[in-house]
Amino acid sequence: MLEQYTEKWANNINVITLGNSSLKQVRIGGQNTLPFLSKEGNTPNKPVIAYEIWDTAPLDWPQYLETEFSKYWSDPLSWASYCKNELSADLICLRLQGAHPDSQNRNAKELANLCKKIQETIKLPLIILGCGDHAKDNEVLPLCAQALKGYNCLFGSATQENYKTLVAACLVDNHSIIAESPIDINIAKQLNILISDMALPMDRIVMNPTVGALGYGLEYTYSIMERARLAALTGDKMLAMPFICFVGQEAWRAKEAKASFKDFPDWGKEETRGPLWEMVTANAFLQSGADILVMRHPKAAQEIKKLINKLIKT
Amino acid sequence: MLIIGELINGMYKKVGIALAKKDERFIQDLALAQVKNGASALDLNCGPLSKDPINDMCWLIETVQSVTKATLCLDSTKEKAIEAGLKVAKNKTIINSSNAEEDKLKSLIPMAKSFNSSLIALAMDKKGIPQNKDQRVELAVRILENAVNMNFDTNNLLIDPVLMPVNVAQAQGKEILEALREFKMLTDPPVKTVIGLSNVSQGSKFRNLLNRTFLVMAVVNNLDAAILDPMDEELMNALICSELILNKHVYCDSFLNAYKNK
Repeated sequence: MLEQYTEKWANNINVITLGNSSLKQVRIGGQNTLPFLSKEGNTPNKPVIAYEIWDTAPLDWPQYLETEFSKYWSDPLSWASYCKNELSADLICLRLQGAHPDSQNRNAKELANLCKKIQETIKLPLIILGCGDHAKDNEVLPLCAQALKGYNCLFGSATQENYKTLVAACLVDNHSIIAESPIDINIAKQLNILISDMALPMDRIVMNPTVGALGYGLEYTYSIMERARLAALTGDKMLAMPFICFVGQEAWRAKEAKASFKDFPDWGKEETRGPLWEMVTANAFLQSGADILVMRHPKAAQEIKKLINKLIKT
Repeated sequence: MLIIGELINGMYKKVGIALAKKDERFIQDLALAQVKNGASALDLNCGPLSKDPINDMCWLIETVQSVTKATLCLDSTKEKAIEAGLKVAKNKTIINSSNAEEDKLKSLIPMAKSFNSSLIALAMDKKGIPQNKDQRVELAVRILENAVNMNFDTNNLLIDPVLMPVNVAQAQGKEILEALREFKMLTDPPVKTVIGLSNVSQGSKFRNLLNRTFLVMAVVNNLDAAILDPMDEELMNALICSELILNKHVYCDSFLNAYKNK
């Protein structure tokens, strides 16, 4: 019989703790091996799933997501509670899309209050995302960070062009940060350096490598994540951060997930096809090293949760 | 690349004085400066003038390990000094060095094993420094055979092809570089290689440039470790660039600092 060859890696992925110690906490990272190779090393913390909710009605979400969630769209707090109580979310990812000047242009104070209300009610670790408009995010996110001081949330996203304000806010109010790079390992590494040069500890940085859905560039992200993870495990500390993957957002953008049965009868029913597309996309990112999956459809999330529990028995 | 800082050596006048006066601060500053510039191991050598190499080696080890966790490379021709040093060392250690003589290997390999230390072995023996690649490979085989026979984990072994100054033995450069490459073919997994870089420019003009050029060439030939002066910024930058070009590190715009802060 052939001897089993196992690789010994020099380095661990950083452990990041989210949430307040008096409430529920979530730990990610810490593994010293590639995903699910339990004979080769340890994976002390399983990948986790965050449900994505918005502060405003996400009007561009396709029908089968709307059916699931539209009754909560007018009240993000009840949406968050539903994800926690009915869907057993590990974390909640709140996207403050209503802040965008082209959306409702909601003001920073109002959103900071909303963040605090959600945090105090649901008591799960929060991921807070800006609306994508740099100027507005730099106004809104620091105020939200202040309102959530002590809750140890994950704030995003810092980019190479716009990171200083958010890093400063996370430093002052003790939060962790998402460093986002455009499917580019060199920029990912550089941004981690820039952020840690501002004295934010490396165990408070999570990388968003920017993912593509199945059929829409998934393989590019897959290889970027794989390369970064291999470099991290062989000793590159500037890439030893856990990954967050925005799976739901990308999968539901795909035509294959959202096209109607009427237009494509050969593709099968939308109610199974959409969640399946999100599930398969999420599975690929689990295999390439995702630590947090931000997902949308409950069916997809629940199947992925089962898969994680099957692959990692603790 | 494992960088072993070479500056704590009694042969250097200021270090010799610090050693004689037991000036801890001077030695510690020199250790920390080398670590800051990229060394992850530090060579410790009392120099030929030390009157009490055993105590001097122990003092150097204790002085250095009280300020850094860097690997300590115990550099002495006196086995007793090395053994005494291994007893007081708390950091990881490398014995520097054995050669390919049976007597020396039979005494230093068990010592490395019992202290869980790495070992540098020079590809030379009683006949002196080898004159070509084949002689070097033959000596490397002898070293490896002894290591395997004594159940020494060859992952903890570093073989040095022995550098010669370019102004003395110009024909050796090419032979040494080829030997570095061939050492790797002797075992699976391949044995690690090390050089004492400054030897290549001993007594020559433009020493820094010679060191830098040779180091880059050695890196291309699979070098794993080098004893060198990490305070030579151009040398360190050339090393980083050569490893980057060989795709040993992930590029980023701050690649020089990223490497040094590893």
